Amino acid sequence: MTAETADAVIAVKRASNVKALRLAETLIIPIGALIASAVIFSIFLLIIGKSPVTFWQLIWTGGFGSSFSLQNSLQRAAPLVLTGLAFAIPARIGLTMIGGEGALVLGGFASAAIAIPLVLNHVPPVLTLPVMALIGMTAGGIWIGAVGWLRYYRGVNETISSLLMSYIAIAIMNFFVEGALRDPASANKPSTMPIGDAYRVGGIPGTDVHWGFAAGIALALVLWVLMSRTTFGFAARMTGGNPRAAKAQGLPVGMLMVSCCAIAGACAGLAGFFEVAAIHGQANASLVAGYGFTGILVSFLARHNPIVVVPVAILFGAIAAAGGVVQRRMGMPDATVLVLQGIVFVVLLVSETFYGRFKLFQPPSTGDRV
Amino acid sequence: MDHPVVVVLVAMLGGAIRVSTPFMFVALGETLTEKSGRINLGLEGTLVLGAMVAYATSYLTGNPWLGVLAAGGAGLILGAMHGYICKLPKVNDIAVGIAFMSFGTGLAFFFGKPFIQPTAPHLDAIHLGDWTGSPALAQALEVNPLFFVGIVLAIVMWWGLKNTKWGLIVRMAGDSAASARAMGVSVDLVRFLATAAGGFLAGIGGAFLSLYYPGIWNQGLSSGQGLMAVALVIFARWNPIRAIFAALLFGAAGAIGPSLQAIGITQGYYFFNAAPYILTLIIMIISAGSKSAARDVPGELSITK
Repeated sequence: MTAETADAVIAVKRASNVKALRLAETLIIPIGALIASAVIFSIFLLIIGKSPVTFWQLIWTGGFGSSFSLQNSLQRAAPLVLTGLAFAIPARIGLTMIGGEGALVLGGFASAAIAIPLVLNHVPPVLTLPVMALIGMTAGGIWIGAVGWLRYYRGVNETISSLLMSYIAIAIMNFFVEGALRDPASANKPSTMPIGDAYRVGGIPGTDVHWGFAAGIALALVLWVLMSRTTFGFAARMTGGNPRAAKAQGLPVGMLMVSCCAIAGACAGLAGFFEVAAIHGQANASLVAGYGFTGILVSFLARHNPIVVVPVAILFGAIAAAGGVVQRRMGMPDATVLVLQGIVFVVLLVSETFYGRFKLFQPPSTGDRV
Repeated sequence: MDHPVVVVLVAMLGGAIRVSTPFMFVALGETLTEKSGRINLGLEGTLVLGAMVAYATSYLTGNPWLGVLAAGGAGLILGAMHGYICKLPKVNDIAVGIAFMSFGTGLAFFFGKPFIQPTAPHLDAIHLGDWTGSPALAQALEVNPLFFVGIVLAIVMWWGLKNTKWGLIVRMAGDSAASARAMGVSVDLVRFLATAAGGFLAGIGGAFLSLYYPGIWNQGLSSGQGLMAVALVIFARWNPIRAIFAALLFGAAGAIGPSLQAIGITQGYYFFNAAPYILTLIIMIISAGSKSAARDVPGELSITK
């Protein structure tokens, strides 16, 4: 073996070592943040005179304890996977887009609205449901795509504009649901016409979990491939790293930004479609359930990696599912889950400061060999 | 005086004065924070927590002004936390703002649950319009003292930023951290204090919401007003005086829906409810492209880069 090949072997070993250390760091720091948040929240519970042990037991049994609660958790994780992706994809191109809630509501509303003439004319579900899904994704995609367009071509800050557009989307739904498209039968809670049981999206065979969960996993895989294995993804990530350099390289930065935002909006719109077609059966105020905002936290915890979004979404789906049990058994307000999420979010962002700080995760210094 | 147009205009004037006050306080706080080179998007959460704390304090002590002070204190704590976390390396202030939005609202909903039902003592208004002899105009001119506090504060802040040593230090930290450090100024400390003070003001804005107008506490009290105020700061180009006028404009937009309802037009109520958001968005589109905004922006601000 010549000296050069020996050097090359050492370099490859070093590179894989560095990669493993990186991976360990990106696993251990967020998990540490989760543990720290759990400790802080337990202290909070002790201060207000509740038992942390009971709380975590209830979260466990309510979230994963039985096959019923597990399915409930996955059911709630389904929209979170999609809204998590809706934050993660723009984040990779350097945009902080927080309008997932609005795209979900608008997508859900649009699919419920398009369903009305189709259902009334007895178009079979096999045709109706794909049309509904497509319309929901298109509505969400255009809505958030516009945020990306405004960002690149008009210089409008995407964080503020996307949240404003969420409020506008909710107002649009309310406007129609309480007006032109109101089902006269919905007295207490203005809603669109129910799509009827024949048009409902059913469960994945053998479970009560609706197909939205499977769709979310499939989309997560597709988007992971798109973002890390294609030219598009490479260009997007490069733009996220340094937009000016990307532009100087001749990359179509504007097109990339608008596409990433449109993909994000389509994900959230699809979540809205499943909420309508699998859960509520119609569009009404129940669509505004905060899934879009929890999705932001899911994406941050997953470090904007589409695959990791799935398990993190399941975790928060379980916490949401157990929230009801905690509310009933411990007599705590429904905002308990919000407080826990807020603490996790803040602690998680504080933990960002620890990247590169621990000696343990740094590759050993190379001495004079390089 | 009974012409429908007059009724709507008078109602909008009154509405503008009432609705604008929380905008004013949040916008003034955010102006100070952004002048120091940091952005706090979490003021929406501060506004909601301030509203809850003010209502609870007023209910428990019977003194609404104590509630205003407590709301400021709650805002101060949230602002100080935001300011401290943002000074850690590698932490993104926009993301921290989003986190505090949900943290503040979560805390407010959690502790505010028992206070949704009871009625707390409200802040008194100053009756400026009794001499007019018109009940509608008199009602429109019932102005809360906090409105005047906000205007005085804006003038003081505008003057102070321009003419005092403290103002210079804040502007220097915001325009060029490197030169501030060269002058021996601790940029982190300046920004910490500016963020904490901004939180204090936003908390007071929340107190106005729950203790004066609409004068109730519930979970839908502020839907995005704190965030609109942040957009308003950009529109006002980081000038406290202009922020007052921008807040009045936003207030008037927010009052369109209720004013039309006053003369019996309920059609499109939800559309007019969305008017402030649409107006904010349009204003952002116009002001983002303008050259004067680019000239006035603090150099260290991450949101406009």
